[in-house]
Amino acid sequence: MSSTSLPVTATPGSPASASHPFRAGFQRWFSRLDWFVLPLAGAVAVLALWYLSSATWAKDLPNPTRTWIASKPYIVEPFAKRGELDQGILRFTWLSLILVAKGYAIALVVGTPLGFLLGISPLFTRALDPIIQVLRPVSPLAWLPLGMILFGGWKGANVSELAALFTIALCAMWPTVLNTAVGVRAIPQDYMNVARVLKLSRWKTLTKVMIPATLPYMFTGFRLSLGIAWLVIVAAEMLTGRPGIGGFLWQQYNALIYEQIILCILTIGLVGFVLDRLMSVVERRFRSV
Amino acid sequence: MPLLELNQVCKRFGDAAVLHDVNLAVEEGEFVAIIGYSGSGKTTLVSILAGLLAPDSGTARFDGCPISGPGPERGLVFQNYSLLPWLTVEENVALAVDQLHPDWSAGERSACTDRYVSMVHLTAARDKRPAELSGGMRQRVSVARTLAMNPRVLLLDEPLSALDALTRATLQDEIARLRREQNQTVVLITNDPDEALLLADRVIPLTRGPGATLGPGIPIPLPHPRDRRTLPHDPAFQRLRREVIASLLSLGSRATPTLTRDLILPDLEPEDLGRPRSWSSRSGPLRRQERRTVTLSTPADAE
Repeated sequence: MSSTSLPVTATPGSPASASHPFRAGFQRWFSRLDWFVLPLAGAVAVLALWYLSSATWAKDLPNPTRTWIASKPYIVEPFAKRGELDQGILRFTWLSLILVAKGYAIALVVGTPLGFLLGISPLFTRALDPIIQVLRPVSPLAWLPLGMILFGGWKGANVSELAALFTIALCAMWPTVLNTAVGVRAIPQDYMNVARVLKLSRWKTLTKVMIPATLPYMFTGFRLSLGIAWLVIVAAEMLTGRPGIGGFLWQQYNALIYEQIILCILTIGLVGFVLDRLMSVVERRFRSV
Repeated sequence: MPLLELNQVCKRFGDAAVLHDVNLAVEEGEFVAIIGYSGSGKTTLVSILAGLLAPDSGTARFDGCPISGPGPERGLVFQNYSLLPWLTVEENVALAVDQLHPDWSAGERSACTDRYVSMVHLTAARDKRPAELSGGMRQRVSVARTLAMNPRVLLLDEPLSALDALTRATLQDEIARLRREQNQTVVLITNDPDEALLLADRVIPLTRGPGATLGPGIPIPLPHPRDRRTLPHDPAFQRLRREVIASLLSLGSRATPTLTRDLILPDLEPEDLGRPRSWSSRSGPLRRQERRTVTLSTPADAE
């Protein structure tokens, strides 16, 4: 009886405040929608910062409304082709993805066996580890000119594509190489003993024991590699001027049309996010085995 | 001629002598239990018998020929099962069958696999992966895989030590049954005297490491099959059990762990603040000259 007559003086967050009918209702509503409300709040904050920046100190930055109006034709007709460097956004994305897929495939085909060799042979590791550690941090921007030089002499070859593939493969390879090597070294000795007691042939030991035991590590490497391959694509397309999402971005910048740059950035981010999610689903499948 | 023979085998890892002067002879059809404390080198011993490790000195022979590596004729059941987690029960067993009989047709091989899976009563779980099985079931798969190699000697490295008591009893009975049916030669490594007495024809204690060696074997002339319910009341069993345990304890006491250290007495000075001190001139404890090398050892009966 005495407690009902008391005013509610509890500090926020304490159990007493949660029992207040309005507050409790709000909290229930909020906890049901916070998965949506919180990201929305974050996005709104960034948009506001963008508006503010374009209105005050960054006069060249188109504000979100102008960006949307200028980007609309590329979004509503995502597969249109009006010219070599004037295509729908998904068409550009598709071109970039194809290039990434090729370069990524080369990275995996070269990187996985290399990683296995590094994992199996300490001699090989000692010979190659220093050079790998030195080459690994080199930026894609640095590899691309080398690719141009390497393939420049090939008659009838698409030099810019080959150089781009070279760059993507070289940059994306390292996570696969290193993770595979770690995975091979982490194969439990027990599994190898089973192979030895059963007298499995080298090939059977590889396919029945070593590769399955290394798969989770390999897929972690594959996932990181894909992320890097997608990062590299933009740089590669910028420098070679190939049609694609990165090439488009660079072209619009050079043409002083800044509106579509943000569109490209968002698209690149979204595609990268989707690729990473897809790979992590595949990865989880293999990890559970 | 013994089927499996160790002659003055020594094995060391770095500075630590694990096995020293080990002699062993296992006859065909015999069930030998090697019993010892944990950490005394039991797994090293069985690895040498399996061929996974080579002895530093001495010889290991199988059927008269020196052991140069592992092989399916010496089937090893690992302590931690060592099943391949990405293969099902059937595939794990099939790995051994396919390896041993590459010339058989697929039907013959799968029939053979089925026979070994049913031998350990796992037909219902044949499509499951090891992660879905209990510890006892996993060890049964491991036994089935090893039996599928059709080994001439079965090496069991503490196969049941990770299992609960009830599962262990069931699997002990199964090992006894498999052994009776196939007249299999078995070397069982264990740390449980009752398990050894229940299953083996001969119990050999392994002394405590470092530098463990095999003590004199104790024959167990109890008739097979042995009934675990009546066996503890058998006076012969009780006498043998006392003998095995006494032998383990006396062998254990022979090698007492010792510790050798350099001791320097602490450098204490009287609490007199007025006394002048020169820290810079001191290069070490004043009592360094009084350093002694002391050997500490645990009394034998303290174990």
